[in-house]
Amino acid sequence: MTIEPAARVDPRFANLARASSLRPRDWFASKVFNGALALACLLFVAVMGGLVLQLLWGARLSIQKFGVGFLWSSAWNPVTSQFGALPFIYGTVVSSLIALVLASSVGILGGIYLAEFAPRRLALSLSMLIELLAAVPSIVYGLWGLFVLAPVVSTWIGPALQSAFGFLPIFQGTIYGVNMLTAALILALMVVPTITAITRDLIAMIQARYREASLALGATKWETVTKIILPFAYRGIFGACILGLGRALGETIATTMVIGNRPAISASLFAPGYTVASVIANEFTEATTDIYLSSLIELGLLLFFVSVIVIGVGRFMVRFLLRSNEA
Amino acid sequence: MVRKAFTDFYRRAFHRGRMPLLGLGATAIFLASAPMSIAATQIVGAGSTFDYPFFSKAFYEYSQKHSNVTVNYQSIGSGGGIQQFTARTVDFGATDVPMNSKELSRAPGEVLQIPVTLGGAGIAYNLAGIKKGLHLTREVVADIYLGKITKWNDPAIEKLNPGVKLPDMAITVVHRSDGSGTTYIFTDFLSHVSAEWKQKVGTEKSVQWPAPSSIGGKGNEGVAGLVRQTPGAIGYVELAYLLENNMTYAMLQNKDGKYLYPTIPTVRAAAATKPNVSSTDFSIVDTGCAECYPISGYSWVILYKKPADAERAAFVKQIMNWLVTGGQSLAESVDYVPLPPNVQKQAQEVLAQMQG
Repeated sequence: MTIEPAARVDPRFANLARASSLRPRDWFASKVFNGALALACLLFVAVMGGLVLQLLWGARLSIQKFGVGFLWSSAWNPVTSQFGALPFIYGTVVSSLIALVLASSVGILGGIYLAEFAPRRLALSLSMLIELLAAVPSIVYGLWGLFVLAPVVSTWIGPALQSAFGFLPIFQGTIYGVNMLTAALILALMVVPTITAITRDLIAMIQARYREASLALGATKWETVTKIILPFAYRGIFGACILGLGRALGETIATTMVIGNRPAISASLFAPGYTVASVIANEFTEATTDIYLSSLIELGLLLFFVSVIVIGVGRFMVRFLLRSNEA
Repeated sequence: MVRKAFTDFYRRAFHRGRMPLLGLGATAIFLASAPMSIAATQIVGAGSTFDYPFFSKAFYEYSQKHSNVTVNYQSIGSGGGIQQFTARTVDFGATDVPMNSKELSRAPGEVLQIPVTLGGAGIAYNLAGIKKGLHLTREVVADIYLGKITKWNDPAIEKLNPGVKLPDMAITVVHRSDGSGTTYIFTDFLSHVSAEWKQKVGTEKSVQWPAPSSIGGKGNEGVAGLVRQTPGAIGYVELAYLLENNMTYAMLQNKDGKYLYPTIPTVRAAAATKPNVSSTDFSIVDTGCAECYPISGYSWVILYKKPADAERAAFVKQIMNWLVTGGQSLAESVDYVPLPPNVQKQAQEVLAQMQG
């Protein structure tokens, strides 16, 4: 969700807001307050900048040795010190995108239902339950995924998908319990509460008179939703999806427990994969050679850039491509 | 009337101008009443996660007997242990694989490395109806992990288990996704057993697993969980974990041709074959003796010969001396393998070189 800069005071009344028209004590307090806020912002920017610089410094060995080839190399051999980022970037992006597609379809429809169609008491209790889902720690999702979801995928969901859509390459091959699909499902589950809650809030924020006008003109409830309410809310909903994607890209523990941890690119969703966050969490503590450590740090840097690019593209789309007619 | 007195007091005490004074007063009282630091010295160590269960029990018992010392051990991984040790932020480090020459050259002083405990890896599997004790040879295990044997009813495995009905199921190979000393011991064993493995993959705490069907689990619990969840899976798990969780594991044939379970006596027998273990010659996998289990290895503690602080050094030396002798009696209670007596003596000899 974009944060618009606060509305400025009308210039005709600027005199009233000018600090010099205040008593000395208030003027000083005002300066201190403004300074403290500015400092907080600058501190945040400084920390982010410091983070990027530290990552670059830590990754310098790997950047020197592998150069740009690191991005499309599929090697990951700690014994011969050959490292490449492609399988991890592929795994991160694919699992997050599939999770986003699943979560946004369920989340947006769920949010619309909660805001528009559900009876009030049901809506309140369901909203509370969904927000509780968001508070569950990731490791609990990971454990549940490993012990409950993985067997379900390998015994029911996998074979069902394979028999129905087996002609598609993404549903071919041996069905492991821990695979890209299970990881995408777990990520979707973690992202759904965010999208549902934000969608519900955005729709609830739309003033009643628009709904009333639409219904008065003879539209059905569903037409009101699609033609009046969604056009108002879809920029914010898109922003919610981007937020969810950001979470999915960085999720570590839940993914590493259910994705199978195999650094290979495979067309099938039933095959194991590996994400950047998982490989860093798995191998960082025991990486004793410098080049190994440096490659892992470079992976972290790449994840940072991938997240920034994806979220930047999303915000760009919200701001410039999806212009809506706001009343 | 009492209430008025109370509210009056409250208003006067927490008057806006007096708040800073009140805050200062409260801080002073808090600081003054903070417990005076106990005379107990805290020794800090960091490193291997494998050692953690044994260390936490041993150091607790030590502190009970010596109230002037406590030991704080952080299991951040062998790599982290070596890093912190090199940076001199900890008094001792613990690692599953001793520091190599490159790491030693980076340390700011001469390093002493002593073995402190033993471990082994068993081969766990998940086959419906087949209980513990499937017979496997070293070559078969190597071929499974190389991806050459892909089904459970492969003739090579059936030959070893004549009475057992093996299913026509694909073998799912499970390995450790996190870098670990257990992987090091296991790949060391495979390198000894198979020249192809040695050339293609090698020995390391984290390797590129060649089998096309391999999946990785995080930690012993991850591998155990995956093996339990996946029908037809096979994986290597730390001895202590196998015993504590009643897993289904194989009998592995050693160099002498005998089929053995990984147990405390069989791992200890493997260690006893190399009395002169040192940080440069520490591999005890695939040893040749009747009761030796092939997949065994030591875990090490690293210390400076000339530590920075002489007083703390004295404590560390005392603790380590106890750990390799008296402390070993606690190992079996947590399913760890105690050091054989000749290795204990050797560790003490190395420790005697420490100044402090």
